[in-house]
Amino acid sequence: MNDTVIRVENLSKSYVIGHQRNRHDGLRHRIEDALRHPFGWLRNRIHERQTEKEEFWALKDVSFEVKQGEVVGIIGRNGAGKSTLLKILSRITDPTGGKIRLHGRVASLLEVGTGFHPELTGRENIFLNGAILGMTKVEIKRKFDEIVAFSEIEKFLDTPVKRYSSGMYVRLAFAVAAHLEPEILVVDEVLAVGDAEFQKKCLGKMQNVSEQEGRTVLFVSHNMEAILRLCQRCVLLQQGKLDHIGDVKSAIARYTGGVAKQPGEIDLRKRPRTGGLRQKIQFRKVRLDAASHTNAWHFPFGAHLKFELEVESQAAIPFAEVGVSVFSATGLEIISTLSSNVMADNSFKPRAYVYSIDLGSLYLLPGAYRISLGLRSNFGMEDYLCDAVEFEVENSELSAKFRTDTFAGLMSPPATYLRHELNHNGEPALLKSN
Amino acid sequence: MDELVIEAGRTERQYWRDLWHYRELFFFLAWRDLLIRYKQTVVGVAWALIRPALAILVVTFVGQVAKLSAGGVPHALFAACGVLPWQFFSTALSESGNSLVNNSNLISKVYFPRLVAPASSVITSFVDFLITGAFVGILMIWFHFAPPANIWVLPAFVLLAFAASFGAGLWIAALMVKYRDFRFIVPFIVQFGLYASPVIESTSDVHGKWQRLIFCLNPVAGIIDGFRWCLLGHDNIIYWPGLISSIAGVILLVLTGIWYFRKTERTFADVI
Repeated sequence: MNDTVIRVENLSKSYVIGHQRNRHDGLRHRIEDALRHPFGWLRNRIHERQTEKEEFWALKDVSFEVKQGEVVGIIGRNGAGKSTLLKILSRITDPTGGKIRLHGRVASLLEVGTGFHPELTGRENIFLNGAILGMTKVEIKRKFDEIVAFSEIEKFLDTPVKRYSSGMYVRLAFAVAAHLEPEILVVDEVLAVGDAEFQKKCLGKMQNVSEQEGRTVLFVSHNMEAILRLCQRCVLLQQGKLDHIGDVKSAIARYTGGVAKQPGEIDLRKRPRTGGLRQKIQFRKVRLDAASHTNAWHFPFGAHLKFELEVESQAAIPFAEVGVSVFSATGLEIISTLSSNVMADNSFKPRAYVYSIDLGSLYLLPGAYRISLGLRSNFGMEDYLCDAVEFEVENSELSAKFRTDTFAGLMSPPATYLRHELNHNGEPALLKSN
Repeated sequence: MDELVIEAGRTERQYWRDLWHYRELFFFLAWRDLLIRYKQTVVGVAWALIRPALAILVVTFVGQVAKLSAGGVPHALFAACGVLPWQFFSTALSESGNSLVNNSNLISKVYFPRLVAPASSVITSFVDFLITGAFVGILMIWFHFAPPANIWVLPAFVLLAFAASFGAGLWIAALMVKYRDFRFIVPFIVQFGLYASPVIESTSDVHGKWQRLIFCLNPVAGIIDGFRWCLLGHDNIIYWPGLISSIAGVILLVLTGIWYFRKTERTFADVI
């Protein structure tokens, strides 16, 4: 079924925030005021005149649709309006304008362990939490064993929750919420707590809920890997407005990058540096390879990643190496190389140099990537620029042929596959390879 | 599955259906409050008896010292039948008044019809009421006292007391969210109310037609009189104008309470 289960139409939410008008400070003025207007303070309190009010739009004119069974990610900077959107969806707070049409019950997990009381035991809290999240006693009893098994706290079921470690607490809380059976499940950044094992388990369960049970999931997270793995579509919120909705990779790229704005040649001298750098040798410029006839840092899938790097040295230094690392949009270091591994002469005279660097055709999947540059001599770190350049790998004929859209990883190299038929004895039959 | 529309200022028919769907939550929250009350205590559930027992003791003592009438029954019983409904009302009032603020983490993170919170506090106080009621029964046996035939009307007065607590509780709960002043006002109302209600004295002790009328503007007055009439009889009669004003007052409290609560409910999560 592909009906629309959530339709958000021009949703807006504003909050009124108060600012204290800068009263003429100083005790003397305050006392004067108090004597001149003895009940002024009471009048001001009731009519709230002393504070200025400002309207803050947490959400402005957001519209989108979600179909049944979809897993939609919601990403954005802190303060973009993600939690507000979820709160309105969960009917915890009312919108200021616009509307949402829902088909199906919504269960939200906005915080892990909502309603847990530290004095009650694990067993009692399962019932309490389940009831608060909307399950009936019969439902909870039915799922009790599953919940306990998922949380792995059988031994501590009858100890008060205040004695649990934070890991146990979080596992139990998620276990209860994971066994709700709503048509629409809304999850807000709860994976930020818990260890890697737990996060894997939660993601697996959410995947399960969507694929096997056909439920719709709205997932807010800062963990781009999780969003990439779980979601089919992604909503990007920026300062309360809908910035982008659609394919997950491009949403993440928009969130993390600004590839399009880079010129072909980038001046690195003006970039801010971190502390502790010797700076006897410095990065000057980085630019696209002249032969590539392009002005944008876009490389088709399968093309060589080539660029030129200008450095200038102020002294004679016997040995210094250049390191180039490529990072994914989610911040994972994928490739690391050092000039000294392949160059014979790594000495520097006090002059400028240009490196022509070819990382090879790495078969990086289409998406946004970042390059970090480092320069180290035997005296210490000379220069370092994190995220010096961003580039994009684009779809090409080759990527279509390789069907890279279906991959969730980082690279798709042309692997070699050879196949031989086996005869009855389990030995390869006489060369009949494909 | 029918469509649910979330929109600013839209009153939902859904709300009453939701209350039914969340009916078990009433009891779960009451169960939680009762459980945690006695966790890690030594005396445990016995506290539920000690509190009313002490109150009855004090009221009896004051009544006897001031030589107030006891309506023709042993003074302890007179006191007990006043303390019983009064303690129900006063604890229900303060607990449901605080229910939203105490559950603020729930209010801001989970959806459930907020009416459940003060209602479950009244249920918690009702359990205390039943325990105190059993204690009063024991007292009656001790005094070899047989209740009059009117006792079968008692459930009606219990219902009235329940409604009064609920209505007043709703008002205080909704007001407390925005105006935390009520945290101080409520204990004051309870203290003041102890003297403004016929707990220590009886309504018949209030002389003067106008004074008595004003006295009976207090909805709890009619309820306490009713309790005494049902349980004790003898000289404890019902002051009919008082009872009628009580019933009217309670109905007004409940209806306006629900109206105000629903009106302000949409802003709870933002203000709490």
